[in-house]
Amino acid sequence: MSMVDASSWGAALVRISPYTFSAIGIAISIGVSVLGAAWGIYITGSSLIGAAIEAPRITSKNLISVIFCEAVAIYGVIVAIILQTKLESVPTSKMYDAESLRAGYAIFASGIIVGFANLVCGLCVGIIGSSCALSDAQNSTLFVKILVIEIFGSALGLFGVIVGIIMSAQATWPTK
Amino acid sequence: MYGFEALTFNIHSGYLEAIVRGHRAGLLTTADYNNLCQCENLDDIKMHLSATKYGPYLQNEPSPLHTTTIVEKCTLKLVDDYKHMICQATEPMSTFLEYIRYGHMIDNVVLIVTGTLHERDVQELIEKCHPLGMFDSIATLAVAQNMRELYRLVLVDTPLAPYFSECLTSEDLDDMNIEIMRNTLYKAYLEDFYKFCQKLGGATSEIMSDLLAFEADRRAVNITINSIGTELTREDRKKLYSNFGLLYPYGHEELAICEDIDQVRGVMEKYPPYQAIFSKMSYGESQMLDKAFYEEEVRRLCLAFEQQFHYGVFFAYMRLREQEIRNLMWISECVAQNQKSRIHDSVVYMF
Repeated sequence: MSMVDASSWGAALVRISPYTFSAIGIAISIGVSVLGAAWGIYITGSSLIGAAIEAPRITSKNLISVIFCEAVAIYGVIVAIILQTKLESVPTSKMYDAESLRAGYAIFASGIIVGFANLVCGLCVGIIGSSCALSDAQNSTLFVKILVIEIFGSALGLFGVIVGIIMSAQATWPTK
Repeated sequence: MYGFEALTFNIHSGYLEAIVRGHRAGLLTTADYNNLCQCENLDDIKMHLSATKYGPYLQNEPSPLHTTTIVEKCTLKLVDDYKHMICQATEPMSTFLEYIRYGHMIDNVVLIVTGTLHERDVQELIEKCHPLGMFDSIATLAVAQNMRELYRLVLVDTPLAPYFSECLTSEDLDDMNIEIMRNTLYKAYLEDFYKFCQKLGGATSEIMSDLLAFEADRRAVNITINSIGTELTREDRKKLYSNFGLLYPYGHEELAICEDIDQVRGVMEKYPPYQAIFSKMSYGESQMLDKAFYEEEVRRLCLAFEQQFHYGVFFAYMRLREQEIRNLMWISECVAQNQKSRIHDSVVYMF
């Protein structure tokens, strides 16, 4: 059945249950995305609060930065829900088949893709949001221009979600 | 790590950085200065200032205003901003903000010691001290007779204690020794501040190193020019220069042997950043040198605001406020003494 020598590391790796990989993938997808979103929100939020003391007009517009960061967490939740619907039971005899492993790895990879793409996207949007709040407080014509940069930054998370969903479509478990 | 401050700076200092940038927006612009220069008397100045951030501080002052009152109230605003920031700061920013005060402490110590030497009343001197440089036992300075007593009685409990190791002598305090003491203390303070900023690393160390190096070089030039024609020997003069900055060490060697201003100019023109300053003055003219240095300092301080996520903005804001208060003092004095033609001699415009 397995091509590798029974006592090597390769053999140990393929004997890890594909369910483990899937579960970890789902956890990373939501966990790391939320980490990125939270990180971005606090970076923006602290600057926004301080800048709004001298320039109260900036608060309502600059909440957009916080919303962009929050969107990143939502992407993570959506993909986690999609991934967990792809998780099916397989009969024990087929659990270590190549196709089973493939499905497990697909879900794992999808989770990592989405998680880390959202992590850096959240950071990016957060840092830009902080600079946006401070610049808007000094000169209100700058807001829309910096917002364009933020929109490009938030596209990064979207790329991660797209690729993650394409990967998860490959997660076909063997049938009886 | 330089370049990645953005990830963690805002945890402790994001709010305060945003606040200090808000304060920076309240600094007086060229248009404000033009309005102030058109004033006929001090009440006009008070009226114009009431539309700026100084308004709440000046509004309760009774009508025959003095220049010193205006300066005192504006300094109060600076002190309030500073206290608000430092009570919210955590390490290492609170240490950084404390360092900004030590320069004022040194000035206050020298003020009281000099005043006592010239037999002035201690209370009167304490009222003239800068509020940012006050510490508890400052009045005891009047009792000391020489430097060793000064250290033992008062300064050993203050943050200035480590700066004293180089000037502990039993000599009596006279004008010359007090100036040397001031410069030695300030040299030790600048070097300590420089080392601290280097330890912080990242954008803070890069920006602060540039600002402190300019400060050290400016003091070296001022020490040289002020000690031309006095009894200060070359070795003593060299001991007062800080051991960092663009001029260290070769510029210091050359400055130590200068005997007049044209020689100083010759030395400074070898360094491109300072050549620009000295080329604005024609030969033999040294009055404009102070203003030229202030303008260059203000230019560098404004540049510190161009980058985010470092502590240099706090230092820059404090210095810019102090420059603004100097400007206001000059304008008030010119207006009060009816010498408005001389206003533009010494006002440094910021934005």
